[in-house]
Amino acid sequence: MSSSPVVEVSGIRKAYGSTVAVDNVSFAVQEGEIFGLIGPNGAGKTTTMECVEGLRQPDAGRIGVFGLDPIKDARALQSRIGVQFQQAELQKRIKVREAVELWASLYDAPVDAARLLEQLGLSEKCDAWFMTLSGGQKQRLFIALALINDPELVFLDELTTGLDPQARRTIWDLVRDIKDRGKTVFLTTHLMEEAERLCDRVAIIEHGRIVDHDSPAGLIARHCPQRRTVVATAYPNATEAFSRLTPVDDVSSDGEELTVSGRGDDLVTAVIHAISEHQMQVTSFRTERPTLEDVFLTLTGHSIRD
Amino acid sequence: MLRGLWTLTWLEIKIFIREPMGLIGTVAIPVLMFVVLGRSVASRLTTSSWQGAETLRNGLPVFAAVFVAISTVLSLVAIISIYREGGILKRLKATPLEPVTILVTHVLVKLILTAITIGLMVLVGRRYYPTGVDVPVFSFSLALLVSTWSILSIGFIIASLVRTARFAPPVGSLALYSMLPFCGLFTPIETLPAPLQTVSSVLPLTYAVSLLSGIWKGNPWSSHLGDLAALVLVFAVCTVIASRVFRWE
Repeated sequence: MSSSPVVEVSGIRKAYGSTVAVDNVSFAVQEGEIFGLIGPNGAGKTTTMECVEGLRQPDAGRIGVFGLDPIKDARALQSRIGVQFQQAELQKRIKVREAVELWASLYDAPVDAARLLEQLGLSEKCDAWFMTLSGGQKQRLFIALALINDPELVFLDELTTGLDPQARRTIWDLVRDIKDRGKTVFLTTHLMEEAERLCDRVAIIEHGRIVDHDSPAGLIARHCPQRRTVVATAYPNATEAFSRLTPVDDVSSDGEELTVSGRGDDLVTAVIHAISEHQMQVTSFRTERPTLEDVFLTLTGHSIRD
Repeated sequence: MLRGLWTLTWLEIKIFIREPMGLIGTVAIPVLMFVVLGRSVASRLTTSSWQGAETLRNGLPVFAAVFVAISTVLSLVAIISIYREGGILKRLKATPLEPVTILVTHVLVKLILTAITIGLMVLVGRRYYPTGVDVPVFSFSLALLVSTWSILSIGFIIASLVRTARFAPPVGSLALYSMLPFCGLFTPIETLPAPLQTVSSVLPLTYAVSLLSGIWKGNPWSSHLGDLAALVLVFAVCTVIASRVFRWE
């Protein structure tokens, strides 16, 4: 398998009037991975993705998709990529089956439409008008349209925005299925949980610039190495016992609940060891791991929801 | 050539028929209006004493035709702006569909509906017009399709300039209906004051009306080459402008 990246973006810039949407953005998407461009709304995710899709021409920089130019070689790329847009609509009264068949008619080697709808759980909605579908069903239809030409690279822009948690989970499973079929997925999301659960690698973008990129675990290890263990115990000298442990930075107490903070993977083992050694009576025990949300906060100084 | 054109055209016709209001507006209302007016005119046609009968007999079909053309164009303006606002145009554009295919599809759908409306009018018209009257139905239909096709290009400019789906139809109505008083449909152009005659001479609708009424009266196409040239010119100019200012999203 070749090691050249499926998508290679170097130093792209895109401004709308005096507003710079994307500034000196570079990253690469490797074959077979789920790559996530993550950041708050308005950070430049969609603009970047639309440049890669060939829908927008960047003002500066270079983009290669399978080594081709997204705009000049648009025709050659069309059969190899599948696209799902943020907040797209279809004709209100188009039937699910008609939409999929229309899309199928546009490509040389489409996959079987009926089978695709079945895989996406839309079989019983075949004859339903687009306007009658729920948010989750609409998104599944858009995934179907993005997959109709059996693409090697699939773009998913804010796939689960506005969906309820259950519909979101269904979509996540579908995205993993896409990856399992050997395709490369390039997605954007402002949901850190989604990025952490789905993506092999993420690039964090803010104000049009890439702040950092790595695997979610790598980013967490580098930027938020601290771990926390919360122990509820009535043992009198618990605070001192935990404070003496090497990986522990700080112990704070709230009634019987002690929060033990420290860094490194040894923290939890050390705490458990101390509990056992002192034969503490523990009524509750949980560990808190930092998330991409915390990484974002550390890197940008504010929460992604602000 | 233009891959997906027929699939998309057929699909858009089906989708259009599923929308009751659209069908009523572009097909039912013009036909109904024709029936109602036709009934009142027909009852007078037999009395030769009534002076306006001849004018109305010739005027009504042309009036109905212009009405069909305008509602067709307004329907296109509405559809394009709704599709753009909903991101449908953008979604279709990101497929192997050529952008021009999408637009040609909508023009085709509108022209096909226009043809259906004409067909219905001819059918109901038979009841109200004296038998034996020789009417150039085929030529007239062709003239109406040419007129509609030309005015559709103005519709594209309106659809490009007006950003929101909410305002596109009213702006379109204003632009198209305001041509009506000066296009010779109600008042002969010769009787208008000189400045208004100038206004009239630059309105595309004037040439459509001239072509339609001439063909209806049985004039040969050769006597309307000027009107045809004007309509083709309107189409060419508007298409060039529209292709510059047209927005997909």
